[in-house]
Amino acid sequence: MKPEDILALQNEPACAHNNKSKSGCARPQPGATQGGCCFDGARNALLPIADCAHIVHGPIGCAGSSWDNRGTRSSGADLYRIGMTTDLNEMDVIMGRGEKRLYRAIRQAVESRHPAAVFVYATCVPALHGDDIGMVCKTASEKFGVPVIPVDGAGFYGNKNLGNRVAADVVYKHVIGSREPDPVPDSAKRPGIATHDVNLIGEWNVGGEFWNVAPLFDELGLRILCTLSGDSRFREVQTMHRAEANMVVCSKAMLTVARKLNEDYATPYFEGSFYGVKDTSQAFRDFAQTLNDPDLTARTEAMIRREEARVEEALEPLRQQLRGKRVLIFTGGYKSWSIVSAMQDLGMTVVATGTEKSTEEDKARILELMGPDARMISDNDQIGLLRTYHETKADIMVAGDRYIYPTLKSRIPFLDIDHVRSIGYAGYSGMIELGHRLCSAIKSPIWGQVKKPSPWADKGAA
Amino acid sequence: MAELLPNTKPLAVNPLKVSQPIGASLAFMGLGRCMPLEHGARGCTSFNKLFFMRHFDEPIPLQTTAMDMVTTVMGPDDNVVEALATIAEKNAPEIVGLITTGLSETQGADIPRTIKAFRVAYPQYEQMAVVPVNATDTLGCLETGFALAVEAIIAALVPDRWEAVHRPWQVNVLVSSMHTPGDLEALRDWIEIFGLSPIFLPDIADSLDGHLIPEGFSTLTYGGTGRDAIASMGQSAATLVIGPSLNKAADLLKQRTGVPDFRFDSLMGLEDCDDFSQALAELSRRPVPPKLERQRTQLLDALVDCNFHFGDTPVAIAADPDLLGAFTRFLTGLGAAVVAAIASAGPARLAELPVEKVQVGDLEDLENAAVRHDAQLLITNSHGAEIARRLKLPLLRAGFPLYDIAGGHARAWIGYRGSRQSLFDISNLLQSFRQEIKPHRSIFWDGTPRMAESGDIR
Repeated sequence: MKPEDILALQNEPACAHNNKSKSGCARPQPGATQGGCCFDGARNALLPIADCAHIVHGPIGCAGSSWDNRGTRSSGADLYRIGMTTDLNEMDVIMGRGEKRLYRAIRQAVESRHPAAVFVYATCVPALHGDDIGMVCKTASEKFGVPVIPVDGAGFYGNKNLGNRVAADVVYKHVIGSREPDPVPDSAKRPGIATHDVNLIGEWNVGGEFWNVAPLFDELGLRILCTLSGDSRFREVQTMHRAEANMVVCSKAMLTVARKLNEDYATPYFEGSFYGVKDTSQAFRDFAQTLNDPDLTARTEAMIRREEARVEEALEPLRQQLRGKRVLIFTGGYKSWSIVSAMQDLGMTVVATGTEKSTEEDKARILELMGPDARMISDNDQIGLLRTYHETKADIMVAGDRYIYPTLKSRIPFLDIDHVRSIGYAGYSGMIELGHRLCSAIKSPIWGQVKKPSPWADKGAA
Repeated sequence: MAELLPNTKPLAVNPLKVSQPIGASLAFMGLGRCMPLEHGARGCTSFNKLFFMRHFDEPIPLQTTAMDMVTTVMGPDDNVVEALATIAEKNAPEIVGLITTGLSETQGADIPRTIKAFRVAYPQYEQMAVVPVNATDTLGCLETGFALAVEAIIAALVPDRWEAVHRPWQVNVLVSSMHTPGDLEALRDWIEIFGLSPIFLPDIADSLDGHLIPEGFSTLTYGGTGRDAIASMGQSAATLVIGPSLNKAADLLKQRTGVPDFRFDSLMGLEDCDDFSQALAELSRRPVPPKLERQRTQLLDALVDCNFHFGDTPVAIAADPDLLGAFTRFLTGLGAAVVAAIASAGPARLAELPVEKVQVGDLEDLENAAVRHDAQLLITNSHGAEIARRLKLPLLRAGFPLYDIAGGHARAWIGYRGSRQSLFDISNLLQSFRQEIKPHRSIFWDGTPRMAESGDIR
């Protein structure tokens, strides 16, 4: 990829980061950097497309330690769980056999696994070496009669977020708009309920959590043409241009897709989240409003009343246990406040929240939720984070998986909200699960045991 | 505090309980050069021998007085005398455990008189000890039969006199039937690392750990605690008692020898282990060795790493009372919820367990309770496998019998390391069976290729 192309991807006019701080796109500091690369981000964004072969073109370092490590779930097709890499060796590199190997790798994948399409992810070594991945994919596609899509997001191009954008760019250029949606099946047509076609962008179905909300879409007559990319299929991604409304879920990773669909097809979009009761309800309200269907609005409100009453009842006993418990949240971006709101829903006190990848807008929302004294933690220094935990007298830390072991080894209760987890927290039912998990993490009797000194600790030999 | 519910069903379905004679036999299998002899019909012993063979993968020394219809009616005392003489002649054991069964107890066997008759008739075998135990199978369970045998062994083989502590490094260790040979090996290491020398009563690790011997095969026990060692228990510095089913046996030992004792309900979980280590440190007047400290910190680490798997996880357990208590307290200490506790017998101490109720019952009770309380894990013996299959639940195999896995008897549950391994194993079982959110199949997929996909793939 050319430097100007990379720069173009970093410039996302619809992204709130674009105006002010470009922290998400800053150069990493050697020796003090955590987090993944561009390749990581690109593959994570597309891997949930379940009926495709995902081939990592590079030496074993790229795929060997990272394949099948995602919490994303499929309702059927499972080809995405098969790890595939060209596993380039010394001779491939020296003799310039990378392209040939890739071509044959694609053939093997197509012949043995019959994928709906093949995604080929470039990595640093072939990018440096100069493999023409685009040409190999084009040739393979013509030869084998299956779409073969190059994803040029080598690790050294930049960070994980850039990789998400590369992925978004690729599906927009190569996949979206290449097929028309199926007709609405007669069996799904219900009198008095209009069917609206919608997309969800940036929803990954972690731990199958989207299935907590998917039935409500069916109920309301919202046909999901495609979820980009949780539990999706290639042929669904192809039809995304026909949606009447798009929701960008939680993460800004794929915002580009929503913006471009808006520019090219005038599809309206909004940003929202399915974490927490309020946000889940708000997401459905936003759909009704964006689609401008009063009948849908009425049915949506009725559904919200029903679901909120249901979840309320289940949450009440949990709230009694969680009320007044102090939680330190460390996550980034949109989640920094959407999780705050969810925790407050449960009656907990949020003592601090991370703002590593948050925008000014996000920070304003945090202030609104937590008050003017809101403690925001902007750097990801783990020792500092644990210090804050003790200073704020927190009862539990809620953060991504990078923080799990420093926290646990410090004998501190922890709840993992990263994307590699396998427990779903989305939607109304997800909130109940979250409440249960918080309760059992905080009140686990093991914390008392591991903090207590051994009976002989102070006495030495008795 | 738990409500202790007695068994009220006329029919036991999928029994959990195993008989007292079998438990008594097991205790004798932990003595050196011993032959347990069951005074009953040949079938009792045949079943019991097979039961242990499948559990331990070992030839099991076990004989029968082979009561038949005629001898039962006319008086089977001669059978006992003849059996004792035959065993003495053919196998020359140092100890014979003479165990009554439901049949001989109902018939009204007078065991002391019979032994006297044997002594009179065969004075040449006076060196062979005969330890009688009344262990009818109309009462109790494996655990109580085992405890009765331990008590009988003390009564018969430990001299009834208070001695000075001749051996300050020596400790007696009474271990209940919940311990595997693997447990006893771990326990021996634990005690020896403090410089103490244990006498186990009984020591099924020495006899039933599974080890090949040059002779290939023995008709008596392969090992176990010898008579001399048992006779010297009065000279020990202390007695460690593990498992409350042995309380009565421990009382007797203390009464006969005056050796002070320390009692422990079980050695699973951090607090149990700490209490035991502390007791050993005090007894030995030595600090807790670094090796043990290291194992302790490894258990702490496993506790924090695995804590996610246990929070409020409903578990159903069926076992003999000591083991049930050990698991219940271990799992409760991890944050799990023991929603079904089924015991094979109902000693009053079960009411102290941290559960709502303890049901004296069978594996049908376990199955029903597991369904009723939506249990996510079953803990019981190998008979639970079918239940686990029916309920699509993971099964942690523990107790008697274990016949469908290799090495069940070799596993160590106790101590810092055993507890850590149990933590890992239970975590893994829970994880591999965890129900994820059920996939939703949209009504809008009708007629599309998605409908043809097989569902429910993770």
